[in-house]
This record gives sequence, structure tokens and C-alpha cells, in this order.
Amino acid sequence: MTGQEIVFTLLGVVAVGSAVMVVTTRQLVHAALWLVVSFGALAGGYLVLTAEFVAWVQVLIYVGAVVVLLLFGIMLTRAPIGPVPRSGEDDPLDSGNRWAALAVAVATAAVLITVLVMGFRDSRIRLEAGGGGAEPLGGSLFRTWVLPFEVLSVLLLAALVGAIVLSRTDIGAEDDEPGTDIPARTGGPAPDGGARVGGAKTGAGTDTGGRTGSGGSKGGGAKVDHSAEIAGAETDVKGGDGKAGAAEGSRGGADGARGREEGGG
Amino acid sequence: MDLYVPIVVLGALAFAFAAGSVLMAAFTGPKRWNRAKLEAYECGIEPTPQPVGGGRFPIKYYLTAMLFIVFDIEIIFLYPWAVAFESMGIFALVEMALFIVTVLVAYAYIWRRGGLEWD
Amino acid sequence: MSVPLAAPDPTLQSFGQDPWWLIGGKVLAIFVFLVLTVLLSMWVERRIIGRMQLRVGPNRAGPFGLLQGLADGVKLALKEDIVPRQVDKVVFVLAPVVSAVPAFVSFIIIPFGPTVSIFGHQTPLQGTDLPVAVLLVLAMASMGAYGIVLAGWSSMSPYSLLGGLRSAAQIISYEIAMGLSFVAVFLFAGTMSTTGIVNAQADRWFAVMLLPSFLVYVVTMMGESNRIPFDLPEGEGELVGGFHTEYSSLKFAMFFLAEYINLATLSALATTLFLGGWRAPAPISTVWEGANSGWWPVLWFLAKLWLFIFFFVWLRGSLPRVRYDQLMKLGWKILMPFSLGWILLVATIRGLRNEGHDMTQVAIWAAVVIGAVLLLSIAWDLVGRGRGDGGEIVPDLDGGAAPEAAGGFPVPPLDAPHYHGVAREGADVTAHKEVASGSH
Repeated sequence: MTGQEIVFTLLGVVAVGSAVMVVTTRQLVHAALWLVVSFGALAGGYLVLTAEFVAWVQVLIYVGAVVVLLLFGIMLTRAPIGPVPRSGEDDPLDSGNRWAALAVAVATAAVLITVLVMGFRDSRIRLEAGGGGAEPLGGSLFRTWVLPFEVLSVLLLAALVGAIVLSRTDIGAEDDEPGTDIPARTGGPAPDGGARVGGAKTGAGTDTGGRTGSGGSKGGGAKVDHSAEIAGAETDVKGGDGKAGAAEGSRGGADGARGREEGGG
Repeated sequence: MDLYVPIVVLGALAFAFAAGSVLMAAFTGPKRWNRAKLEAYECGIEPTPQPVGGGRFPIKYYLTAMLFIVFDIEIIFLYPWAVAFESMGIFALVEMALFIVTVLVAYAYIWRRGGLEWD
Repeated sequence: MSVPLAAPDPTLQSFGQDPWWLIGGKVLAIFVFLVLTVLLSMWVERRIIGRMQLRVGPNRAGPFGLLQGLADGVKLALKEDIVPRQVDKVVFVLAPVVSAVPAFVSFIIIPFGPTVSIFGHQTPLQGTDLPVAVLLVLAMASMGAYGIVLAGWSSMSPYSLLGGLRSAAQIISYEIAMGLSFVAVFLFAGTMSTTGIVNAQADRWFAVMLLPSFLVYVVTMMGESNRIPFDLPEGEGELVGGFHTEYSSLKFAMFFLAEYINLATLSALATTLFLGGWRAPAPISTVWEGANSGWWPVLWFLAKLWLFIFFFVWLRGSLPRVRYDQLMKLGWKILMPFSLGWILLVATIRGLRNEGHDMTQVAIWAAVVIGAVLLLSIAWDLVGRGRGDGGEIVPDLDGGAAPEAAGGFPVPPLDAPHYHGVAREGADVTAHKEVASGSH
């Protein structure tokens, strides 16, 4: 075995091992982090195979974008945050699709392996440094693979449209008020929404005004709430929503969340 | 692969430095236990109970990440195109223009639906 | 372009031939350079801002206070390392490391100078170079975002979480515009390696040829670095410290270090991609033949680098913080479509030139297209204003005392006491209010 093969094997082991950790860890955010390790090892694998461009794209797109999307997803749905204790039958992490998931995974692997075997058989490709750079890739992509490339743009279009249709049922038709978060969908109060609405509405054009306003309607903590009261009540800034949120939020504690919801709504 | 050796070395050095500093901090600093100090900092009040599990975030963040992925993919295709452009001529330009316009259709749709608004 | 006596300009082939001691030396030099730059830029920043605000700034530690950065570092190391009870310990400790390491790594592909002789060994003054070097910087920038979002999440405190989330959204939004601003550079240079890009600027800097790209990059640079005017993630008025609220001691120092290294990296990248890298500025290089050979280029590189760092500081001293919706609007609605249009325009012009078309005709058509796009955007703007903003803002104000909306933005009522100084004739209560609202 050459050094390259050893590194490649090690990276493969890391990729598979961390992938197993992704599906077994009891902590959703840790699962996302193990996914980062897995993708990173995969990128290393590409690198060993001299596919430089693809390797960095793997880091940029999968590690840098897809996992961030997953993290956002974990944070904004009702998924449990923090370690989840194992609890037999009604385990919150067990959706009951274990076998279906396994079947899909095996089927996907089978398809991929079949394609690879059918595509390459026992042909061998000599690896040469620089063969996977941007230029050879661009050349073949835009000369040979024109149609798949154009089809991809339609795929991206569909993805974007799907994303907005699914995520923002609250906005759309002209007569709707834009930006209202439906609590049922966002899973409750929208802290940042409250802050921003307050900031935008009570916040003045001036720096000081803007900061008092937006700080105040943050609603969760005592210090900023205090300033909100001042901004809202005493200097009489007409920021209806922000003030309501801040006033209730200033009671501190759990009420803050409710205040924020009002502020955000 | 020789090109990557300095990257790995610098990465290892930086990691050793960062991890070393973070671990060292536990020994160089004083340790004075104080209950309030170990609570989450919320400007002096009692921390909001269960702040994280209860408070969720606007869906807009998710949409932003989604937009980011799509446009990141677009950029990833623009790079090899730009690098190889000289050798490909006008046809490549037309291809890319088609691609960009198709994605821009989605962009315009999102703009119209208010997906880019952060009120 | 190269001076006859000196070694030829480095290319991608010049790399990967260093002996082990030279690799070690270069890596160590870059590491030390970065740490020194951070310590120095902290001092420079505080001194300049002090001067801008008619203060003195730090002047006690060492001559002119030069050792202030070091003193701060030592002080931080001697502070208690607090790990709050509620945090996720592993991630909490990992986050500062994840933040700092990518910041260091990106700098490896920055060219400091041309080929020089070190102990009889000809080598380029650059850590290494890759065919996809700039992609490495982008990838490392997105890795750095993890440090922030993980710090925010693992702290389990609302301020931190909000700061981390905001920061991640901001960084990814501006990364798009940043990535797009590079495309025109790659188009002209025909490569993504930093050496190649510097070589391609031998005649003319890309900042001159591709001014719009350069301007977009400068704006995104501010957005990526999480600094004023885009420092929303740690807006102390609303989020205390943002994602690093719960951090103390050297863990906090790591975030600080990462921020300033990122500043240096972004500045160095701007220098490399747009300002000709280590090449001497035009008047010097035309007058003096040897300006682009030997060790002199390091001087030009450092001068450009510090020019950018000064620019960052200058902005921090001058601009207020923008609002989050304005930040996102700038990134998604202005910079991105603008960059895409610009790329298509540049590519079209270049493509037509390669085909052998008459350049004056092409230029005229380009001007026509630009004019049409401008007109369209103005028309869009007018239509949009008539339709949208009025309807959204009015309900807010109609109950209020001040309908004077300045350009459609809600402004605080101008008859509020502390705007007029009415407080003087009012009771003590009013005077008290004035202080309170002003001091926050």
C-alpha cells in the first residue's frame, strides 16, 4: 500500500465512523457536528484523489452551507435541544421509521454502487496532480455536459420556489401583511422578530434613538427592557408594538417570551 | 500533494496554539466559586428559565440558509466557467446566461413573495 | 515584466519544492506575522479611534503604548476561566478553537512577495499555492462561521444564541456577494491561484479594471468581518456581547484573535485580488526597475495591507451601526443582483473582444445596456415605493404625534422633550428622563 492509499483508507474509516455517530448520538446538535466531520473526511478523500476543486466545494457547500441549514432547522423547529434521555417506547428521537430509513439507505447505496460498477468496470484512471482543478473541470462541464448543467438550473429554481412555498405560507398575496410569523409554524414566539420590529418602528433615524428602541424591545432581559421603558413610556416614542412587547417583557422571566410574541406579531 | 503540506502544518500549529491557550486558561486564572457567576448572563436578573428550548427562531433564518445554498451552488459553477472562459468562446457565455437567468427567475419570485424582507 | 537580473515571477509550478526546514520556517513566519499583526492592529485601532474622538488612546504599556495588545493578552490569561453551568461543555470549549484555526489557515495562500533566495534556496515568499487557492479562503471563512454559531448555541443563553444565529445569517448572506465579486477577477486572470492572479495584474490592477467588483468586495469585507457598521451579531446595545457573552479569559481571547486575523486576511485578499498583491504601485514601478524584485515587494504588500486595516478602523470611527433589515437588504437585494449583472456584462464584453469584434461598438452597446438597466431599476424603485412602503408605515404613525416621515422612515416625534431641550424649562422629572434615555 502506498501512503496515498493508507490516507484514503483512514479518511474512509473516519467518514463512515462519524456517519454512524450522526445517527446514534442522543444530541441533535452533536449529530450535526459529526456530520461536519464526516463531510470533512469525504473532502479529504476527494483531495487524495486529486479532485481539488470538488474537495473544496464539498467543504464550502456541504460543511459550510448544508450543515448550517440543518443547524438552523434544529434551532427553529420543535426538535429537542440538549441531550435527549432514552425513554423506551415514546422516544422523541425515534420517529418509528427506522426500518424504512434502513431500506432507503441500502437502496441508495445499491444504486450508487451499481452505477459506479457499470460505469467504470475495471478501468483504471491515472491520477495526476492538477487534473481536478477548476480549468479542466470548467472545460468539460461547459463543453461536454451542457444539458445536465442547464437542467440543474431548473432544479435550483424548483428548490427555491419549494423552499419559499413551504416556509412562508404567511406571506405571499399582496393584501397580506408581510412578515407576520404564524406561531404554529415557527413554533412559538419569535425573539428576533420582536427585536427587529421594535428596532424598525421605535428606532429613530438617529443612532441613539435606534439603539434604545431596538435594544428595548428585545424583551428578554432586564437591562434592555429598562431602556425600553424609558424609550417607550417617557420619551413617548410611538412604537406601538415594540412598546407593548417591551412593557410586558420587562417583568422578566418567562413573561419575556410572551412579550416578544406580541412585539413580533 | 506537496502543495498541501504547508496547509496541514499551519493548521496543526494553529490548532496546537488555540487548544493550548484554551486549556491553559483553566490553570492560569484564579478559581473563585460563586453561584451567580455560573449562571447565564442576563444583565443581573435571574436567568430566564429554559431560554433555549422555549424560544424558537423566525423561519426567515431557515430561508436565508436555503437561499445561501442555492446561490452558493451557482457561484461554484461560475468559478470554473470564469477560469475556463477564455478557451470556450461565446457559446459558454450563452450557456451561463441561460443558467443565471433561470436562477434569477426564482430570485425574482422570492423577492416578489417577500422572502427577502427582514421587517 | 520581470526585471532581467531577478528571478522570474513565481508560478504555480514554483511551489511544492521547498525542503522541510523551509516549509517549517515559512509556516512559523506566517504564524508569528499574524499574531504580531493582531497585537499591533489592536493598538493601532485604539490609537486611531482615540485620535478621532479627541482622546489619547492607550499610551502606557511600552513606548507609545505599543505593548498594549500584549498586556491585554496577559491580562486575559490571568482572568478566571468561567464555564457557566448550563453550557454544553464540549462544544463550548471547541467553539473558540474552531473559530481561530480556520482564520490562521487562510493566510497560507497569501503572496507576500516574488521569488527570493533564502540560504541559497530560490523560493516564492508565500506559504503555498493551489490551483483553487481562493476557494480555500472562502471555505475557511464558512468554517469560521461555525465557531460563532456553535459558541452561540453552546452557551445556552438567549443573547448568545441570538447573536450566533444573526452572525451566521449575516456571514452567509455576505459570502454570496463576496463570492460573486471574485468571478470577474477569475475571468480576467484565467486562474484561481493567488500567484497567477498577482501575475495577471502586472500591467494594470484589477481594482482599476474591475472597479465595481472591487467596491462590492469592500462592502462584503465589512459584512464578513462582523465589524461596524455591520457588527449586529455583537451589538452591545441589544445583545450585550452577542455570541461571546458567556466567554471569558483566553477563550474570549481566541474569538478576539480570530476576528482580527480575519480582518488581516480579508485585507490581504483584497490586496492580492484587486490591488496587485506585492507589486509596487504604478509611479514607483515605472521609475525604479528593481521595485518588484527581491525583498522590496514585502514592503509594498504590507503598505497595502495596512491601508486596508486603517480603512476598517476609519469606518469604525465614522459610521453608526446599520439595522438588521437594512443589512440583509443591502446584501440580498442590492449587492447580489448587481454583481450578477456585472459579471454577465464583463463576460459579454470579453467574449466579444475575443471573437474579434470592434471594441468601440461593443463599448457603445455596453453603455446602452447599462443605461437601460439603470432606467429599469429606477422605474422599479418608483413603482415599488408607490406600492409598498406607504401602506406599511402609515398604520404605525397615524396614532402618533409625529407624521413627519423622513423619506418613508419612521422618525421619533420631534416634539419629544429631549430633542428640543424643552427639559430646561420643565420639571426635574423631565431632566431625569433626558439623561436616562441618552445614556443607553
